[in-house]
Amino acid sequence: MTTTRMTRRQFFEKLGKGSLVVGFSLSPVAASILAEEAHAASVDSQLTVLSGLASGSPPQNDAWLTIDHQGKITLFSGKVEIGTGTQTAFSQIVAEELYVDVSSITYVQGDTSQTTDQGFTAGSKSIQQQGPLVRRAAATAFQALLGLGGSIGIGHEKYAKLFNGQQITLNSNGSALLKDPSKYTVVGQPVPRVDLLDKFTGRFSFVSDMALRGMLHGRVVRVNGGTVSKAKNATFQSFDDTAARSIPGYVQTVQKGNFVGVVATTEWAAIQAAKKLQVTWTNGAPLVSDSVEANLQAALTNGANVYSPSKTQEVVVTATAPANLNFTRDYYSPYQMHGSVGPSCALANVTSAPDANGIQATVWSGTQGVYPLQQAIADILGLSSSKVRVIYVEGAGCYGHNGADDAAADAALMSQLVGRPVRVQWMRWDEHGWEPLGPAMAHTLTGALDAGSNVVSWSHTVNTPPHNSRPGGGGALLAGQETGLIPANLPAVSINSGTRNGPVNYNFPNIKLTANNVQPYQTNGGTTLRPLVNTLPRSTALRSLGGMSNCFANESFMDELAQAANADPIAFRNQYVCALSGGSGSATSVPVPGVDPRAAAALDAMAQRAGWRNSLASPTRGDKVGKGVAFARYETVETYVAVYAEVEVTTATGDVWVRRVVVAHDCGLIINPDGLKNQIEGNVIQGISRTLIEEVGFNTTGVTSLLWASAIPTAPPATIYPVVHFNQVPSSIEIVLLNHPEQLTQAADNVPAWGAGEAALGPVAPAIANAIFSAIGKRLTVLPITKQRVLYALAH
Amino acid sequence: MTTSLALNLYVNGALKTVTVEDDTEPLLYVLRNQVGTQGVKFGCGVAQCGACTVIIDGVTKRSCIMPLNTVADGAHVTTLEGLGQPNNANGLQGIQKAFYDNQAGQCAYCAAGIIMGSYNWLRGRRAAGNTAIPTADEVKDFLSGINQNPPFVYLCRCGSHMRIVRAIQQASQEM
Repeated sequence: MTTTRMTRRQFFEKLGKGSLVVGFSLSPVAASILAEEAHAASVDSQLTVLSGLASGSPPQNDAWLTIDHQGKITLFSGKVEIGTGTQTAFSQIVAEELYVDVSSITYVQGDTSQTTDQGFTAGSKSIQQQGPLVRRAAATAFQALLGLGGSIGIGHEKYAKLFNGQQITLNSNGSALLKDPSKYTVVGQPVPRVDLLDKFTGRFSFVSDMALRGMLHGRVVRVNGGTVSKAKNATFQSFDDTAARSIPGYVQTVQKGNFVGVVATTEWAAIQAAKKLQVTWTNGAPLVSDSVEANLQAALTNGANVYSPSKTQEVVVTATAPANLNFTRDYYSPYQMHGSVGPSCALANVTSAPDANGIQATVWSGTQGVYPLQQAIADILGLSSSKVRVIYVEGAGCYGHNGADDAAADAALMSQLVGRPVRVQWMRWDEHGWEPLGPAMAHTLTGALDAGSNVVSWSHTVNTPPHNSRPGGGGALLAGQETGLIPANLPAVSINSGTRNGPVNYNFPNIKLTANNVQPYQTNGGTTLRPLVNTLPRSTALRSLGGMSNCFANESFMDELAQAANADPIAFRNQYVCALSGGSGSATSVPVPGVDPRAAAALDAMAQRAGWRNSLASPTRGDKVGKGVAFARYETVETYVAVYAEVEVTTATGDVWVRRVVVAHDCGLIINPDGLKNQIEGNVIQGISRTLIEEVGFNTTGVTSLLWASAIPTAPPATIYPVVHFNQVPSSIEIVLLNHPEQLTQAADNVPAWGAGEAALGPVAPAIANAIFSAIGKRLTVLPITKQRVLYALAH
Repeated sequence: MTTSLALNLYVNGALKTVTVEDDTEPLLYVLRNQVGTQGVKFGCGVAQCGACTVIIDGVTKRSCIMPLNTVADGAHVTTLEGLGQPNNANGLQGIQKAFYDNQAGQCAYCAAGIIMGSYNWLRGRRAAGNTAIPTADEVKDFLSGINQNPPFVYLCRCGSHMRIVRAIQQASQEM
């Protein structure tokens, strides 16, 4: 295994024996900024390296590529491996520039005492943001090695001889010559994932596999033995731990404010004691109940719950002809879960005084952001953040901001309260019942065609709660809220959150996108009120954020307009598809007239592979068959994705089976084509699951979907949250990768590759819905498209 | 009241004496926390996801719902670690190699249980004289608990399903 951890002191001891160190700027990659900082920070970054033990927030230049005296190459990465293969991809990038094998790269990731602050590993931005920095750092190192006497030869074991005992510290050079992609031998190859062999042999340690000497097992009581114990707005009254105390191994009941749990010497004892702990709560204010779907939809669109209406895109152009046909349609998607297969787990060791390095709380977590979590834990424990060290250890796939950070805060608070190291493993019902959810979205689309069937106007209004409540303060986390902290004020706008992929990549004469931001708890115009009173379930970043539902609404409506125009759906999209100006933000994005050749290429590649004009094979499971397409660029300005879906519908039961999916995918320069395909397949399958199956049930006290399955069907609200089973996935997922090595240039601000972690998810939903329309002539506008909804549509 | 229990288990061939203060403690926690075989994963605790799947005396079991007092003294328990290791004389088991060849995982948290269950299913087919490559639909039905007793479902949340099915098909010929 190539992942190792060492202390900063060990690190510098190794340096002393002769190493080459490259610090690279982790600030935004704009050329001017990079060049300026590389110059300005050259002294700082060397000082940072040499001083070794920076206190407080580390400076920006605090990440290294090192080659030690034995030729060992180590990449210190602020972006972490969350099961998507980025560790392998970064290793490929470094290996390529240094002419070494991927296996010779050691990877240190996500540690507030060792790696730089790169915010969150999120938004499909690891390769996009950190890739260029890592590539340039490696190129800088290689240039320096050449300068030391390249005659000794290429290869990591030979490099160390070049230093000859010297310590050399460099700053990443924005003009260090990058390898010509035509000479690539590692990047662009389907290199096997560096972590999978260990994962297939049981040697890989996830965070839940860690143990600390003398640790106790903790369980928090929010759900008790599979039954909801605590309402979302509950206030603690009292507990009776008489029965819990009889459990062999029981150590202590832990309570602070509304935070209640137990610790025990064994995991089973902790589970049993938590189950036997009798807690009395006062329920508090009710949530808006979703037991009748209309309640939630009404709540989302009720102006009283909108704390901030914002117009995020407006294009006004006089159309050449007046509207002839007008269209309007509502779309809706429910609360959905991340649903990690492994529930969140964390370990913490909080001591009464700081250790020799000034650390008083050490937390091991599968968090996507060690630095933001460090601050949140500091808030909850009442410590300064410099006394908190957060170390990333991979958990089960998270797909966004799941319960990982909450479990970390639970473990830290328990450890502080009992004075021992504590491991907190959430139970399945804790994860289902208390993870922060992807929020529901309500859309209204209107559009018009002129007499010539040209689109002359398009508007989209979306109402949704926040799609991001990641930690940054302790009030974002359950343990913080339970001990009196409140969440940060709500954002005034929802750019690239609820409105991600709200703007379309189509050149229509009149476009308007309005986002109405819905408050999930009581606020005064977005300012959080104290005490915290939740009105909706806690919501946050779920893979693609608003992108999936916005794509579902936009691309379903696009299909409806194409149908009304009597146009082929691909030709209709080609007629309008365009680039957008306005950079990565979507606020000021406006269509750039003229065809976007990469968009057209993606649509064409998808159509060719799908055999779009061919007639469909007869159904094998259902009695109706249909095909549909959708297109989107991730965040409207990045990765191009065109999706084709083929479905079978059983009209007697309402069952939908997606039997074939084709994806054409252009994310620029491809680092690892097999890893990329793996991600795209994952997007397709998770997309199918979220389109057809997934919906969180909740009532006035909280989430009621606490397990994956139940033998007993129950009346709404749902008590289960199922995800796709193996026999529900397609027979075939075909992926056409469009590689663009020419996107790599020598420019200091060059970003040759965009992300792929969630780009394909958005267009999957509308491609399926459009295929269902093609099969049965009904537009399904509410997710998930369950058999009940299909039957209802068929009957009306 | 709880009843304590001491038991001899052969875990991946090695004799382990395990003791619990409550004999209803599921085998999952005994394996993970006492024996140290962490290839056995906690996923749901109610036999709905498959992450904890192990083989006990040749039978596929969900260790999370198996109280230790239902495990026979002297039982042979096989976990992912026991199938094969790259450094062992026999190297990887064919199914582990097949998973690796197909890169059949993303986070791969679910892989431990899926590999164990599929391995035993393929072994059972072979023992019954069926050496054919299972069709993709056969594999998918197996992993969905269709026509299985008990009807164990295996969940993968990352969406590595296509690769997992291909890996199991490959493994059917390489075990």
